Amino acid sequence: MAGRDLEARTAVAEHEESLLEKGGYHRPGIIERAPVLAPGHTAGSVTDKISSVVLSGTPRWFYPAFGLSFTLMMVLFASMGKLFWEGTGIWGVNQPVGWGFDIINFVWWIGIGHAGTLISAILLLLRQEWRTSINRFAEAMTIFAVACAGMFPLIHTGRPWLAYWLLPYPNTMGMWPQFRSPLIWDVFAVSTYATVSLLFWFVGMIPDLATLRDRSTKRIAKVLYGMAAMGWRNSAKHWHEHEVASLLLAGLATPLVLSVHTIVSFDFAVGIIPGWHATIFPPYFVAGAIYAGFAMVLTCTLPLRRAFGLHDFITDRHLDNMGKVMLATGLIVAYGYGIEAFTAWYSANQYETFMMWNRLFGPYRFHYYALLLCNVIAPQALWWRSVRVSPVGVWTVCMFINVGMWLERFIIIPASLHRDFLPSSWGIYHGSIWDWGIFVGTIGLFLTLLFLFVRFMPMISIFEMRTLVPEARGVESSPGAVAGSVEP
Amino acid sequence: MKEDVKIPAAADGEAMARATGCAEGGCGCGGECTCEAAGSTATESTCGCGGACAGETAAPALWRNLDELQGSAAFQEAVENEFPRQAVPLGLGVDRRRFLQLMGGSLALGGAVACTKQPPESIVPYVKQPEEIVPGVPLAFATAAPMAGGYALGVLATSHMGRPTKIEGNPEHPASLGSTDVFAQASVLGLYDPDRSKTITNAGRIRTWEAFVDALTMELSTQESSGGAGLRILSGAVTSPSLAAQIAAVLARFPQARWYQWEPAGERSAVLGGRAAFGRDLSVRYDLAKAQVVLTLDCDLLGKGPGAVRYSRDFARGRRVWESAPEGTTAGTMNRLYAVECTPSPTSTLADHRVALKPAEIGAFAAALAAALGVPGAAAPAGWNHPEAARLLPVLAQDLLAHRGSSVVAAGDEAAPELHVLAHAINAHLGNHGSTVLLGEPIAARPANPLADLEALVGELNAGKVEALIVLDTNPVYDAPPELGVAKALLSQAARLRVHWGLYDDETARYCHWHVNATHYLETWGDARAYDGTVTLQQPLIEPLYGGRSAHEVLAVLENRSGTSAREVVQGLWQPRLGGEPQWRKAVHDGFVAGSAAPAAGAGVNAGAVAAAARTLGEAAASQQGLTLAFRPDPSAWDGRFANNAWLQELPRPFSKVVWDNPVYVSPRTARELNIDDGTADGMPGRRAAVLQVEVGGESIEAPAWVLPGQADGVLTLHLGYGRTRTGKVGKGVGVDVNKLRTRAGFWNRVGATARATGDRYELASTQGHFVMESRPIVRHATLAEYRQHPDFAREAVEAPAHDMTLYPDWPYNGHKWGMAINLSACTGCNACVAACVAENNISVVGKDQVFRGREMHWLRIDQYYAGDYEAPSAVLNQPVPCMHCENAPCEVVCPVAATTHSFEGLNEMTYNRCVGTRYCGNNCPYKVRRFNFYKFSDWTTESLKLQRNPNVSVRARGVMEKCTYCVQRISAARIASERDDRPIKDGEVKPACAQACPTEAIVFGDINDGGSRVAAWKKEPLSYGLLEDLNTRPRTTYMGRVANPNPALGEKA
Repeated sequence: MAGRDLEARTAVAEHEESLLEKGGYHRPGIIERAPVLAPGHTAGSVTDKISSVVLSGTPRWFYPAFGLSFTLMMVLFASMGKLFWEGTGIWGVNQPVGWGFDIINFVWWIGIGHAGTLISAILLLLRQEWRTSINRFAEAMTIFAVACAGMFPLIHTGRPWLAYWLLPYPNTMGMWPQFRSPLIWDVFAVSTYATVSLLFWFVGMIPDLATLRDRSTKRIAKVLYGMAAMGWRNSAKHWHEHEVASLLLAGLATPLVLSVHTIVSFDFAVGIIPGWHATIFPPYFVAGAIYAGFAMVLTCTLPLRRAFGLHDFITDRHLDNMGKVMLATGLIVAYGYGIEAFTAWYSANQYETFMMWNRLFGPYRFHYYALLLCNVIAPQALWWRSVRVSPVGVWTVCMFINVGMWLERFIIIPASLHRDFLPSSWGIYHGSIWDWGIFVGTIGLFLTLLFLFVRFMPMISIFEMRTLVPEARGVESSPGAVAGSVEP
Repeated sequence: MKEDVKIPAAADGEAMARATGCAEGGCGCGGECTCEAAGSTATESTCGCGGACAGETAAPALWRNLDELQGSAAFQEAVENEFPRQAVPLGLGVDRRRFLQLMGGSLALGGAVACTKQPPESIVPYVKQPEEIVPGVPLAFATAAPMAGGYALGVLATSHMGRPTKIEGNPEHPASLGSTDVFAQASVLGLYDPDRSKTITNAGRIRTWEAFVDALTMELSTQESSGGAGLRILSGAVTSPSLAAQIAAVLARFPQARWYQWEPAGERSAVLGGRAAFGRDLSVRYDLAKAQVVLTLDCDLLGKGPGAVRYSRDFARGRRVWESAPEGTTAGTMNRLYAVECTPSPTSTLADHRVALKPAEIGAFAAALAAALGVPGAAAPAGWNHPEAARLLPVLAQDLLAHRGSSVVAAGDEAAPELHVLAHAINAHLGNHGSTVLLGEPIAARPANPLADLEALVGELNAGKVEALIVLDTNPVYDAPPELGVAKALLSQAARLRVHWGLYDDETARYCHWHVNATHYLETWGDARAYDGTVTLQQPLIEPLYGGRSAHEVLAVLENRSGTSAREVVQGLWQPRLGGEPQWRKAVHDGFVAGSAAPAAGAGVNAGAVAAAARTLGEAAASQQGLTLAFRPDPSAWDGRFANNAWLQELPRPFSKVVWDNPVYVSPRTARELNIDDGTADGMPGRRAAVLQVEVGGESIEAPAWVLPGQADGVLTLHLGYGRTRTGKVGKGVGVDVNKLRTRAGFWNRVGATARATGDRYELASTQGHFVMESRPIVRHATLAEYRQHPDFAREAVEAPAHDMTLYPDWPYNGHKWGMAINLSACTGCNACVAACVAENNISVVGKDQVFRGREMHWLRIDQYYAGDYEAPSAVLNQPVPCMHCENAPCEVVCPVAATTHSFEGLNEMTYNRCVGTRYCGNNCPYKVRRFNFYKFSDWTTESLKLQRNPNVSVRARGVMEKCTYCVQRISAARIASERDDRPIKDGEVKPACAQACPTEAIVFGDINDGGSRVAAWKKEPLSYGLLEDLNTRPRTTYMGRVANPNPALGEKA
């Protein structure tokens, strides 16, 4: 991959430089834009720095942080034990609100996963070099978020031990799943997504795992990394095949970014409940997913960058770019909210109108106002570059977005269900302590996996970062020689 | 063959030496079982003779080996010796280790044997299949369901292999005509109630029936000398001729004994009013089929009382405007109902005009009406004015006068006796007597004023005159006004033998020495009279589950005929009266004695009584102050006797839809005056109700308030039957006991009360949180005049998408195409359909907490909406909502595992086994009729409840969705029957439980493809519309728009 990439990058850079020289082309962004890799790095220093996170001793802060995450994960297991023992009744769901935190969390987590795929696949195909330092981490986040999300469709069923009936497999009952149901589409979409993401992540890590294998001093680490590296020997053939596989997977993953959340949105759009039954849902959900995903990537990356001192690799340029992506997707999401309100008014459908009225003035009005604050108003701060490149500023906005995107699903799911067509059946929904237990627990699971990942895996792609060092740009033209150089 | 055999011990001699065994069974039962091998001569003998028969050795006819035949000494020794010669006897030589080994082995073997132990009961396989019993095919037996006041409702009890599982109305019976009320529907759960009293006790210790009979007989023998001067019987109201005959026999044996009756919610006012008006006891019933104009004065004519089921039927028939119209026109006729009442009742939901007045004002209204009608003796009360009533009165009077002989004025049981006098006078004046109002000989064995009876008993108890008291299933310790001091009187030293006979070990049982557990009506023979006097026979369908005794058996002891069975009593009375065994058998088969209705009787109304009544009522209206407390029997618990019935507790009470509680009903204006809100919080179906402290005459209770539109201002309605301290697990401690505030004078309505908010909040679980339609076309309604002008008004309310706007062809229903139509003009919201659905379909009870969380399981609900101003509604609209079985069912497409599918006959079916519980279908159902088992709601462990279940309906597991099936099991049964007989299914042959129970015939079900079916005809009517049809769900359950018939002179809109 790196070969043509490099040529292209060089060409762009040269073009820009020539324009600058001519004085006819001035974009502040170009000259003021921070580099994607801090100056002064060599291939060796990049490798040293990144692999040291894994190979040097565990930093002291890691234990309390990991311990906290692990405890939260235990909360998840305890809540799930209670759930399996007693039944869905421990949650706040009822009639008419059949879905609550379970599906909110599912959609929220699935959405978060999207950033990883977008960064690693789409930005790869679009040759956005700045993605290099965050893609590995974002991909890992995708996997973990999908793991968290994937649990919910299973455990939210009344009889989770029969959830495998959603899979099409030959059986003595002579039954297929019911293919008209969006839940079946979900099964395919999410499982495909999880598989492709996992493969993409793993394939991308193979050269770095080989680096860790070669650099680690402990026998056990050598063996384990060696197994994971699958016999990577840095041969040109390996590089070639790795390149092909990466591109193929990127090509596969790209439509998935769009399809998964589109299909998740069908869970609602196919329903006839006011607040669900809307054609705007697929694009609006996809934009929301990217929005949420970028927010979560930054939420996790910024503290880690500080903890591990990775400022050289995750630079202001990254914050800037990601802020812009969030601003753009956030505006799409805001447009979605606007269109929902417009449709409710313009359709003159009394159920739709009531749904919108109920959002604004019903029992969940404060949730809705909070949603507008978090998802529409807060990200407007990203118009200012000073906010975009300020870690504290960006992180604050990201936290707003994380909360806002969760609230968005809350507004879509329980707030639409609790008052639908017949006023006699109207109800209310509140999450129970076990709902919260599972929600907080999945955050624990996510963070636990994340901590394990940053501690034991290269959280930044070493070999791709090496392609960004100046020597790689100017001198080398052979990808293997630069990117895959292995310690003797 | 039946000898006891001592099996030689094993060679090492350590075996369980004495294996007693029936030769065949080897059951190890220790000799308790009866071995009934087919054809064996030993059927009667029991084993376990412990060797007593081992001596019969002389030349046995049957022998096992030659030694036995010869009677050799070696064999004898082997038989007789417990241990064979080689065996080392257990004894001193056993050390501890060996002992433990042996004990361990014995225990282990004992456990192993226990695993295969056979039930210790006689098993008698059918040698010949009994007639009529086909396994799996239920039988129906006619019997009598006792109702409040001692009346009977003729019912058919469905029995599955000897287990009564469902109660239906007896179509032949005049009080039922095939319909039932909630109490009859729920009574089958009462039979299997695990909390029923199961034993006879004396001072809390379990005793036998014989011991009880001995104790009672001993007391009676001492009473005999004094002619029974110290003997008293306290029962509920009795209409049963055989019970009355037994009591008469007891009173003949003990001439000084007395029989008292106590009913906390009986017909006291009617009895007193009737006596005052006619000078004698008469029974009154109405023929609503002939009534054109009906006025109810604080009377829930269609909702409660022994005739309510029949009245509902007759009244609703007069309101099916399209069926009464000549072909092709909309000129049908309708009767008209005026309701004047203090608290909303199911009856008044059908009222064309309704005025809410305080109880005392209702009296004044009646007096004014009587005066306006020109009833002799009546005078309008002075100084009473109520604008709404004043507006209605002249129009009403004119309407009544225009319908002489075809109108009915009915006063309620809770109204003052004087109001009954006026109602009688008005009916007499209008010439309704003999036409729509039928007077007859009294139906009760002895019409009584229960308060006077109980007061007399208490007086005698306190005076020490009562030595033996027999209480027959009545509970005055709980439900009598406290000022009578029943509990204290019962502890009178003189009353040395107090016997309580009842279904539950209740509050009164606690004050009695003996408690005899009663039989449920499905367990015993008996009889009772229906609302019109028709003798209704009761036959047992099952052996008493807990060995209970019937009232007949207890009274037989008093009659000195101890040991006489209930059947002997009832048959002994009726067989000779009817003329012989065949007639008796026919009567039992039919369930009632034809032509036994109370003979008509007539009497003029005493004008002096009318004048006195009008004066009294007028004065009462003028002199009232403070809040009025209106005590009413509860629609579920009644007077408390059904408090332990979980089905009834979980039935949403009409209007509030509250379950498991009895809140105080307060009108919106009174609530504002009391400074309380209605407790609704952000659309919760339940409420956090303000707690009121209600005080009157120095007594006070605290109870949650329910702000109820339609309630009369200044009236607090309190429902009886709650706050029970001694009943089963279900009813104990539910709600608030309001009997504390009742007095003799304020028996039904008590004035001068005050109320204040305590500031506390109490959570009330309700199944409906929102009672206005939000301008949505849900219940579509019009007046008769509007309907005649626009017969399409219901259908035109929304535009339903055309059926051909789809790429897919319609499914061709070549066979049946089931459908349902519900007449909204007839539904009173009485809940009979809901209770029937629960009983038929094994629907779980979830309890108050789960209902509060919005997880009730009822497949059928009755939505109630207020029309017009919410605080002063012009009408209450009832809408039963079962599954719509949509043609384009939104639930079906979203189920990921095809657990809910469309049947080839159009039903939307739920396959529980396939359901994984995603709840998507429930979310996507616009009617919200799907119910999810959030927990294991079904009771899988209580043995007695297992017997109750309908075997044709699955008991649902945790985590599955369920919903109305149109009673598909009944469709299947009808299909099997029709295929067996090679004939089509007849219209009306399939009746879902709701349709069958409905007293107003508001629900019809049938094959839409069958052009002659009623449901097809109804669906063709312009009044027919589908709920939310604009969603293109194409519901298969449709509604007939509601038509009301307001008096044009009042110019009101529906």
